[in-house]
Amino acid sequence: MKVLVTVKRVIDYNVKVRVKSDNSDVDLNNVKMAMNPFCEIAVEEAVRLKEAGVATEVVVVSLGSKSCQEQLRTALALGADRAIHIESDEVLESLTVAKLLQKVVADEQPGLIIMGKQAIDTDNNQTGQMLAALTGYPQGTFASKVTIEGDNVQVIREVDGGLQTVSLTLPAIVTTDLRLNEPRYASLPNIMKAKRKPLEVKTPADLGVEVKAHTRVVKVTPPAERKAGIKVACVEELVDKLKNEAKVI
Amino acid sequence: MAILVIAEHDNSTLKAATLNAVTAATQMGSDVHVLVAGAGCLAVAEQAANVQGVSQVLLADDATYEHQLAENISLLIAELGKDYSHIVVPATTSGKNFMPRVAALLDVAQISEIVRVDSADTFDRPIYAGNAIATVQSLDAIKVITVRTTGFDAASAEGGNASIQSVSVSHNAGTSAYVGAQIVKSDRPELTSARVVISGGRGMGNGENFALIEKVADKLGAAVGASRAAVDAGFVPNDMQVGQTGKIVAPDLYIAVGISGAIQHLAGMKDSKVIVAINKDEEAPIFQVADYGLVADLFDVVPKLEQLL
Repeated sequence: MKVLVTVKRVIDYNVKVRVKSDNSDVDLNNVKMAMNPFCEIAVEEAVRLKEAGVATEVVVVSLGSKSCQEQLRTALALGADRAIHIESDEVLESLTVAKLLQKVVADEQPGLIIMGKQAIDTDNNQTGQMLAALTGYPQGTFASKVTIEGDNVQVIREVDGGLQTVSLTLPAIVTTDLRLNEPRYASLPNIMKAKRKPLEVKTPADLGVEVKAHTRVVKVTPPAERKAGIKVACVEELVDKLKNEAKVI
Repeated sequence: MAILVIAEHDNSTLKAATLNAVTAATQMGSDVHVLVAGAGCLAVAEQAANVQGVSQVLLADDATYEHQLAENISLLIAELGKDYSHIVVPATTSGKNFMPRVAALLDVAQISEIVRVDSADTFDRPIYAGNAIATVQSLDAIKVITVRTTGFDAASAEGGNASIQSVSVSHNAGTSAYVGAQIVKSDRPELTSARVVISGGRGMGNGENFALIEKVADKLGAAVGASRAAVDAGFVPNDMQVGQTGKIVAPDLYIAVGISGAIQHLAGMKDSKVIVAINKDEEAPIFQVADYGLVADLFDVVPKLEQLL
């Protein structure tokens, strides 16, 4: 079974972003970029399926500017077999990404598609579900365990209040939650080997998908600042403040 | 055109999150309908009909919708939703699961986790773990929206008088099946709607020590939360996690115990009215957002706090 994994290049999760002074967007100049943490978990899961003999090939795909190829090379170093880069410098909204991925799915015919549950930049949590709708495949979102059983995949999902288990007919789409696995690090020899693995570049036009704007960002502003707090010396003072000053207990 | 709110429920009770979504919907326009899709869920429809601001309840009672599997319910919502200007759902794990699927079926964008309605087509939503707020205008004819419940007050559960109309549309994609669920039982209030939340982090040391903050929680009628570090360390189950990837809370009082205050955690709680931090590391970033900070060993302080309450 072929497994398709998507990865997104995003700001490193440790970096605190700053909003541009003209309020057009956040400032991404000279900021450290990395693979979205949920995508790392997706790559890891695919590689584990390959190591377990379930997956025969792991194909990784990323969409965006040329610099995304760095993250594709990272995925190749982690164990993916080949990469597809859909190059575009335009803003690709979730629905457009899903439409482009739909074409990739049609070409590649994977048995399973693994994606992160959300990207830590836009925090949308949409693309996997949208791709599922466009392909007509079932979806196992927020997965914390994935088990392939013949023509089905059983997915334990993290839901409000606990866990839910669903059984999906393959091909299916799984989106990863944090506890699905612990991603590995790429070793230096594997980073070197990854440079020779195949990486194919396509454009939205090659795939026959029009990049259309469904939304317009009017402005981006910093969140309201909290006013500075105080340090209290002891528990008695804390309880007193909460009762008499903040009046919350 | 009217606005369709999708009810969050468990086939017997309408979940409070729906009330916040109704408030958001009334800010987008006046005619608010609620869809209750499930199995044996007439009681939920009756509760929805009582909600203030709701003019019509659609009841899709069919075995196919029992567990709100995304594959089936999205087909239903996309079919009914064509006649609405907005389709709105609370951003719970259930709404987040099926709603983007609805949007794609309708070939429109979804605007996720809005915290403010600026106009009928323009909304504010946090991005980058809440470190920036984007004001986004929808260019689509149908606006598909998930609502961050902590951004909106709850509509009154009483005082409405909507009529209930049955919808007999059965969609079964036939590609997915519900196997089972493990729901954590708790007598405490629900994390996302509690007035007071007390959370523990890695500093708690182990799962047994959470009993310390549970005692405080019982005195305050509070819900108990946790940081990702505490969940990953196996101290507590993951549905207690507060943060960008867990639950988003905005209670009147949030008490963070033994939590350093990573960006990921702050994204889930920094809209709380009053934040208290108890941490022995005075450099911990949590103190930058705390209204009241106490630099001390939690094992000394938390039992004392319980006694004083």
